[in-house]
Amino acid sequence: MKAVIAIIRRDLLLAMRRKSEVLTALFFFIIVTSLFPLGIGPEPALLKKIAPGILWVAALLATMLGLSRLFAPDHADGTLEQMALSPTPLGLLIAGKITAHWLTTGLPLVLLAPVLGIQFDLDTEALGILVLALLLGTPLLSLIGAIGAALTLGVRGGGVLLSLLVLPLYVPTLIFGAGAVEMVVSGLSAAGHLSLLAALLAVAVFFAPWATTAALRIALE
Amino acid sequence: MSNRLINWFKFASPQSFYPLAGKMIPWFWALAAIFLIVGLYISFFVAPTDATQGEGYRVIFVHVPAAWMSMFLYCVMAGWAGIGLALNTRLSGMMAQAIAPTGALMAFLSLWTGAFWGKPMWGAWWVWDARLTSALILFFLYIGFIALQAAIDDARRADKAGAILALVGVVNVPIIYFSVKWWNTLHQGASVSIMKSPTMATTMLWGMLIMALAFWMYSIAVILTRVRAIILEREAHTEWVKALPEVRGESR
Amino acid sequence: MNWGSAAEFFAMGGYGLYVWGSFGACALLMILEPILVRRRHKNILRILRRERLADTFDNQP
Repeated sequence: MKAVIAIIRRDLLLAMRRKSEVLTALFFFIIVTSLFPLGIGPEPALLKKIAPGILWVAALLATMLGLSRLFAPDHADGTLEQMALSPTPLGLLIAGKITAHWLTTGLPLVLLAPVLGIQFDLDTEALGILVLALLLGTPLLSLIGAIGAALTLGVRGGGVLLSLLVLPLYVPTLIFGAGAVEMVVSGLSAAGHLSLLAALLAVAVFFAPWATTAALRIALE
Repeated sequence: MSNRLINWFKFASPQSFYPLAGKMIPWFWALAAIFLIVGLYISFFVAPTDATQGEGYRVIFVHVPAAWMSMFLYCVMAGWAGIGLALNTRLSGMMAQAIAPTGALMAFLSLWTGAFWGKPMWGAWWVWDARLTSALILFFLYIGFIALQAAIDDARRADKAGAILALVGVVNVPIIYFSVKWWNTLHQGASVSIMKSPTMATTMLWGMLIMALAFWMYSIAVILTRVRAIILEREAHTEWVKALPEVRGESR
Repeated sequence: MNWGSAAEFFAMGGYGLYVWGSFGACALLMILEPILVRRRHKNILRILRRERLADTFDNQP
């Protein structure tokens, strides 16, 4: 457990040193969501209707940005091999790295989303559900993304390939996440969507680090 | 018991599978041709005109088999991938690699024929129907698998990475299907079902089943041919390949 | 028998484009794929034969 916390702290520290990466993803999120009204038109009713989808798709893409850097630096300087040789199970260390990735890319998105939601005239209840859905959904994005990042580690054209592998797998998260907000906007209960999202998260927490570890071991061979 | 296990592994080696596959291919082509002739005969001359959809429904005789095969082949591919990871056999990775393009072709055909069926029925080439949407995502999954394998130069690593992707995909396919269906019902999308049509005659069902068998036999024949090519490409510098009669030029 | 004449058969009750569009695409791709796969097999065999020929020349004294 101590090692996991150490990994998280180390990755957070590294992210603090290289602030630009975290900020790039955040500004990407802001810019993409702000571009949609410019492309579609300023009609408030329409914007309100498509807001959940836009925010979620932008969050998906913003998470994708940093994914290819999740393991690449550690792979390049040999840290990853040291991790594989360490007495702590690799899976736990990887879980720590995924947590750190979520803390640096997912959590800021969650905190920023309500502000962007206001741009689309979402009411307080919808904003609350948006935050809740993103809170459940963004860890899922990091977990699934980590599998893709591990599979494409050190592979030709890894970045583009990564999005090709990961985006189809993001579909359920997108549907349930955006669906939850849409339900509230149209005056229904979002409980069903949120519990499904939570169920997906529970499954992913168990399996994704394991699959990521298997993929990393192949890359390290 | 142990004896049987050894025999099984014997056929799992590329060296003994290569000639075996070569012998099996013509038989599967013959079966495919027979089923295809019977299936086409039923679909055009035996199956009656549908009361609501007229002659346009005849598209399902290729649409449904293609859709079934695309899903079935993904499961088979993931199965071979799983065997490859668990037992570390060389052949399984080659099989998975050989299945992927045919699976992608089937997924593409199911999309294409779905569009051609949808245009007269729904009035649009594409509607975001649950089945069509999940077929589209399945097609993306195939493309991802093929792209990942193509990007990795080392064949063994490509096999293993592909295997993990296929297994993750096969866990996700039901979730994706369910989520897309859920999404579709919430948005009251078009959900006309061909299968649940009350006028679905038994002859139509038979036609579909026999066409599905034809597609299945076709897939096996093509996949076996492709796996033979892959075996030769990967084992090009082994002694047994150099000793093959077709390489030494003694036959043909 | 559903059809009175060949023309009726090809018209498919007004759905000709859709029915033949889908059957045609299937036929086209399912003929093309085996040809390409067989060509791939033939290609690798040709390369192997050439390499073998090169080997025999190398091994001659």
